[in-house]
Amino acid sequence: MSRIEVVSLVKEWNGTRAVDNLSFVVPEGTFTVLLGPSGCGKSTTLRMIAGLEDVTAGRVLIGGKDVTRADPAKRQVSMVFQSYALFPHLSVAENILFGLKVRKIAAAERDKRLKRVAGVVGLEDFLDRKPAQLSGGQRQRVALARAIVAEYPVCLMDEPLSNLDAKLRGEMRSEIRDLQRKLGMTMVYVTHDQTEAMSMADQVVLMKDGVCEQIGTPDDLYNRPSTAFVARFLGMPPMNVIRLACGAQGCRVAGLESDGSVTVEAGDGWLLGVRPEDIALDPSCGIPGQAIAVDYLGADSVVRIALGEQQIIARVAGHCQLGSGQPIRVSWTPAVQHLFDDQGRRVA
Amino acid sequence: MRIGGPVAIRNQVYGWLLLTPAAFLLVAFTHYPAVATLAQSFFTQGTALHPSKFIEFENYRFMFDDPVFWKVFRNNAIYSSITVPTSIAFAILMAIWVNEKLPLRGLVRMAYFTPTILPMIAVANIWLFFYTPEIGLLDQILGRFGFQSPNWLGNTDTVLGCVIVLAIWKDAGFFMIFYLAALQSLPVELEEAARLEGASRWYYFRRVTFPLLMPTTLFVMINSLINSFKLIDHLFILTKGGPDNASSLLLYYIYEVAFSFLDQAYASTLTVVLLALLALLAVGQFTILDKRIHYR
Repeated sequence: MSRIEVVSLVKEWNGTRAVDNLSFVVPEGTFTVLLGPSGCGKSTTLRMIAGLEDVTAGRVLIGGKDVTRADPAKRQVSMVFQSYALFPHLSVAENILFGLKVRKIAAAERDKRLKRVAGVVGLEDFLDRKPAQLSGGQRQRVALARAIVAEYPVCLMDEPLSNLDAKLRGEMRSEIRDLQRKLGMTMVYVTHDQTEAMSMADQVVLMKDGVCEQIGTPDDLYNRPSTAFVARFLGMPPMNVIRLACGAQGCRVAGLESDGSVTVEAGDGWLLGVRPEDIALDPSCGIPGQAIAVDYLGADSVVRIALGEQQIIARVAGHCQLGSGQPIRVSWTPAVQHLFDDQGRRVA
Repeated sequence: MRIGGPVAIRNQVYGWLLLTPAAFLLVAFTHYPAVATLAQSFFTQGTALHPSKFIEFENYRFMFDDPVFWKVFRNNAIYSSITVPTSIAFAILMAIWVNEKLPLRGLVRMAYFTPTILPMIAVANIWLFFYTPEIGLLDQILGRFGFQSPNWLGNTDTVLGCVIVLAIWKDAGFFMIFYLAALQSLPVELEEAARLEGASRWYYFRRVTFPLLMPTTLFVMINSLINSFKLIDHLFILTKGGPDNASSLLLYYIYEVAFSFLDQAYASTLTVVLLALLALLAVGQFTILDKRIHYR
C-alpha cells in the first residue's frame, strides 16, 4: 500500500515553473531515481512528495490516498537529506529515536528498534557519540538509520551521497540498494549522478528544466534514449550527437563533403547519435577526421576527433597512440545509430 | 641567535616600547583605580581634621549593619531576577516571530530594536510621560475606563515594578538581535526533518531550537545580569532611588554615598562587594551552564 503516484504536478515560484506538468508512478517496493542536471526541479519534486513544499497544481497520491495537501507528518514517509539534518546536540541514539519519541512509542519498543537498526547500518559502537564526533560516512548512516527506524513504507532521499568521497559513495550505493530490497521500501531517490541512477534504479525519471524527458529502466534510457538530451546526458563519455546535412544525394555529416556520407534516411538538420564505444577507428576507410587529443584511462582510451567543425568522442581499447592533428577515419555499423529529428526527438 | 645576545635585548626593548603606551593607560585608568578602591575600603574617609586611618574591616562591619544597604541589595536582587529571565523570554519570542516570513518584517525588526538605540536617559523620559499621575499615558487610559490609578512612581509598592518594566522594554530588543542571528544560523533541514517526524512546533522548540540557542542564552544572560547592576541612568530621571529607597539599586546607592554623602571609603567598600558579587554570579553561570551547553 505504498505506491506513489504523481499526477500532472506543477510548482511555480513567482511565475516561473520549477516543475511543469510532471507525472510518474512508483510501483510499491521499487526504487525510482529522479535524475537531471542542477536546477531541473528534481529536489522540488521530492519535497512536494514529502509535503515540505506546497503544490501549485496537480496531485500526489501515496498508497492510493490523495496527500497533495496533507501535512508531512501524516504521509508516513521518511526522508534522508543531503546535509543529513542530524541534530547536533543529540547523541546518535537520540537522533535515531527522535521521531519515535515524538510519536510516543513505548520505550521497550524503541530500544528494540534501535538495536535492530543500529545493527543493520553498523552503528552499534557509536550510539553515544555526537554527530560532530563521527566521520562523513558514519553521519550518513545515522541519517539512514533515522529513516528506516520509522518503519514507514516510503523513503525519500535527496542526494544522500553527494557529500561522501568516491570510494565510500560506491559502497553506500550498494548498501542502500540492498537495504531497500531487504526492507521492501518504496524509494524515491534524487541525484544528478548518472552512475547512481544506472546502478541503483528500477526506474529512472530523467528531468530537464522541470519537464520529464524520459521515464524508463536504466536499460531503456541508455539503449533507447527518447531525446537527444537523454542521449547526451547518459554514458561516460556521453553519446555523440552529430548534426546531419541531407539533400538529394542522401545524408552526410554537416560541414563535410561527400566523403562524410552516412547510410541513414533523415531530414536536413536531423541528429545522429552514436555511442563512443561503437565507433571504430581505421586509417583507411570511413569518414575522414583529425585526432585532437587522447585521454588514456588504463583499460581504454578516449579519443577526441574533429569531423569538420563538429567533434566526436571515440572509446577504443588499450592505449591509443594517435598524436594530435593526425588524420584518422571513423566508422560504425548502421545498427548502432540513433536518429533524432531537428527538435531532438527520437525517430529511430 | 644566542639567548641574551644583543639582538635579543634590542627585540625586548622594542617590544616593551610598543607595549608601554597601552600598558600605561590600562594601569592608570583600570588597574590602579581597582586596587585603590580595594585599599580605600579598609580606611576611614579622610578630612582636613581627621586624616584617613586604617580600620581593617570596620567599613564592612558598618555595611552589614546598614539597613539601606540591605534594602538596596534586596531591590537589586528582585530587579535582576525579574529583568534577566523576562527580557530573555521576550527576546526569544520576538526573534522567533521576526524570523518568520511576515509582511513588513524589516519594519517590525527595526521597531523591536529601536529601544536599544535610544539613550537610557531618553528612554526614562519617555516612560516618565507614561507614569506621570493625571497627565501620564497610563492614567489617561485607565481614567477612560473609570479606574483610579495609583501614583506609579510615588508609591513604594509600585515604583520598583515600574523600573523593571522599563528595563525589560529597553533590553529585550537588544538581545533579540543575538537570538535572531543564532536562529538564522540553524539549518532549515533540521526543522523539516522534525516536521516529517510529526514534531509539533513547541516540541521542536523545546528539544531542538532552545538547546541549540543555549550558547547565545549564556552570553545574553551574563550581559543582562551585568546590565541590571550597571545601568542606573533611568533612576536619575524617574525616581532618584525613592521613595524611601524603594527603587534604589546597588550602583545608585554607591553613587549617592560617594557623591552626595561624600563618603568615598564606604562607597569603595560597596563597590568591592558589588564586584565580588558579579564575579561570583558570572563564575557560577559559566561553571553550571557550560557543561550543559552544546557548542557547534
